Amino acid sequence: MELNDLYRDVILDHNRRPRNFGGLESADASIEGFNPMCGDRLTLRLKLNDDTISDIRFEGQGCAISTASASMMTEAVKGKSRAEALELFDRIHQLLTDDDAPPADELGKLAALSGVRQYPARVKCATLCWHTLSTALRSADLKSLGAVSTE
Amino acid sequence: MNNIALARDHSRFDVDAVRREFPILARMVRGKPLAYLDNGASAQRPAAVIAAVDDYERRHHANIHRGVHTLSQEATALYEGARDRLVRFVNAASRAEIIFVRGTTEAINLVAQSYARPLLQPGDEVLITHLEHHANIVPWQMLCEQTGARLVVAPMDSRGEVHVDAVAALMNTRTKLFAFAHVSNALGTVLPAKRLVAAAKERGITTLIDGAQAISHMDVDVQDLGCDFYAFSGHKMYAPTGVGVLYGRERLLERMPPWQGGGEMILAVTFAKTTYNALPNKFEAGTPNISGGIGLGAAVDFLAGFDRQAAQAHEDALLQHATAVLSKIPGLRIIGTAPHKASLVSFVVAGVHPHDLGTILDEDGIAVRTGHHCAMPVMDFFELPATARASFAFYNTFDEIDRLGAGIERARKMFA
Repeated sequence: MELNDLYRDVILDHNRRPRNFGGLESADASIEGFNPMCGDRLTLRLKLNDDTISDIRFEGQGCAISTASASMMTEAVKGKSRAEALELFDRIHQLLTDDDAPPADELGKLAALSGVRQYPARVKCATLCWHTLSTALRSADLKSLGAVSTE
Repeated sequence: MNNIALARDHSRFDVDAVRREFPILARMVRGKPLAYLDNGASAQRPAAVIAAVDDYERRHHANIHRGVHTLSQEATALYEGARDRLVRFVNAASRAEIIFVRGTTEAINLVAQSYARPLLQPGDEVLITHLEHHANIVPWQMLCEQTGARLVVAPMDSRGEVHVDAVAALMNTRTKLFAFAHVSNALGTVLPAKRLVAAAKERGITTLIDGAQAISHMDVDVQDLGCDFYAFSGHKMYAPTGVGVLYGRERLLERMPPWQGGGEMILAVTFAKTTYNALPNKFEAGTPNISGGIGLGAAVDFLAGFDRQAAQAHEDALLQHATAVLSKIPGLRIIGTAPHKASLVSFVVAGVHPHDLGTILDEDGIAVRTGHHCAMPVMDFFELPATARASFAFYNTFDEIDRLGAGIERARKMFA
């Protein structure tokens, strides 16, 4: 286990300069994620064009892992359909939790999250935004979403 | 029993000899010598405590109190012997005043439910302070919901200090109980416990002190403090987890109904009526944590083998050194700067989230706590989601603190 494997350059970069960070006017959905173990909070806001995520932004406070994960997630799912985004959620979940997960080359930047698997105490940091998104996308009534907790 | 002869001269406190008493301190973590700076969460066990528990498990285990056979009598003698030690350790007036519980949390819940609940009327008030651990907030909130009483929170200032005047100003005829931490787990503040108790007593208010963080750092004399209840956990004072003590004034404990029903807390049961056992057993339903209690007794013996003044002087020196080392780090802010602190430092570093810092320090073998420390109102007060906390025991060294400083610098560079 190497610290550099957890804090890869791409993660440090997304922590320093989170993409799609801030509010989103006239969002179709807004949902909060909370990790009561550490106090990390984030709010995801998205716009949907029919079934496609046309825009997505996040804000909140969290560690480098949670910030970078959310930043890379927003980049990755923008322009994807709900089903495609949920498929990606499943793949990321597997990457973060399953030691036998296949190589993640096709995931591009997101593959950098694979280092988190070796740090069980930090897996929830990386998954918070993904669980939050998945809850939003699975919801029938996007406008009335509440809060998601990792516990 | 430990048999290290420690010099009375504070400057010659032999920390290496103390460290040899704690087997775990010799361990490597991620290829580095362990620097255990999370004593506020749980302290480590000396060999004497481990041996006492081991000896009991190997040679004396049986259920206590009712057996006439040899093992039961031996186990009973060991367990009750531990209680005797605790009576002396906190200077209780009698054995009746030392109730074994699972820990501080259970002790506070016991007082809330057995002492306060039958007493409180709608409109009555329970007073706490802003710097409490959740364990000294939530049981009172539950109690208030049950009784219609109101929870009143005394303020702290920007240094994390609680002032007697500010607390006393909130005491009135409706205040039925005042519960406060002896030492803040999130900030390190030592509260002026004796003066706070005196202010409450003048007004006839019952007092409970959460001693979880104080018990390992200072001499606690419940009669000198004058409090009605004092709660602490074994595992923060070098004993096993799952055992702790509620000290209660006998006069109050006598009046209180049992909290849990079961074995040990009864004298006679028919289906019509149960006669409760005398103190302290009235509050000790069910087979207790016998090995834990014996371990706690051994921890008291262990501590009695030290010049505690010298140990405290060493801890104070660690606090001063840590404050100096951390203060030099650019972007680091110490949270909790009361003039009188126990040996722990809570801090945040600009640009480095506490959880990342915790992971990076762990890579260097350094164990610190990161998070809200079960004191979310304290975090809200300072408008922080979390802090990192280094909490020291008398076995920690200046070198470990220097390593902490270097580790923080490393994290800063990584995230710069």
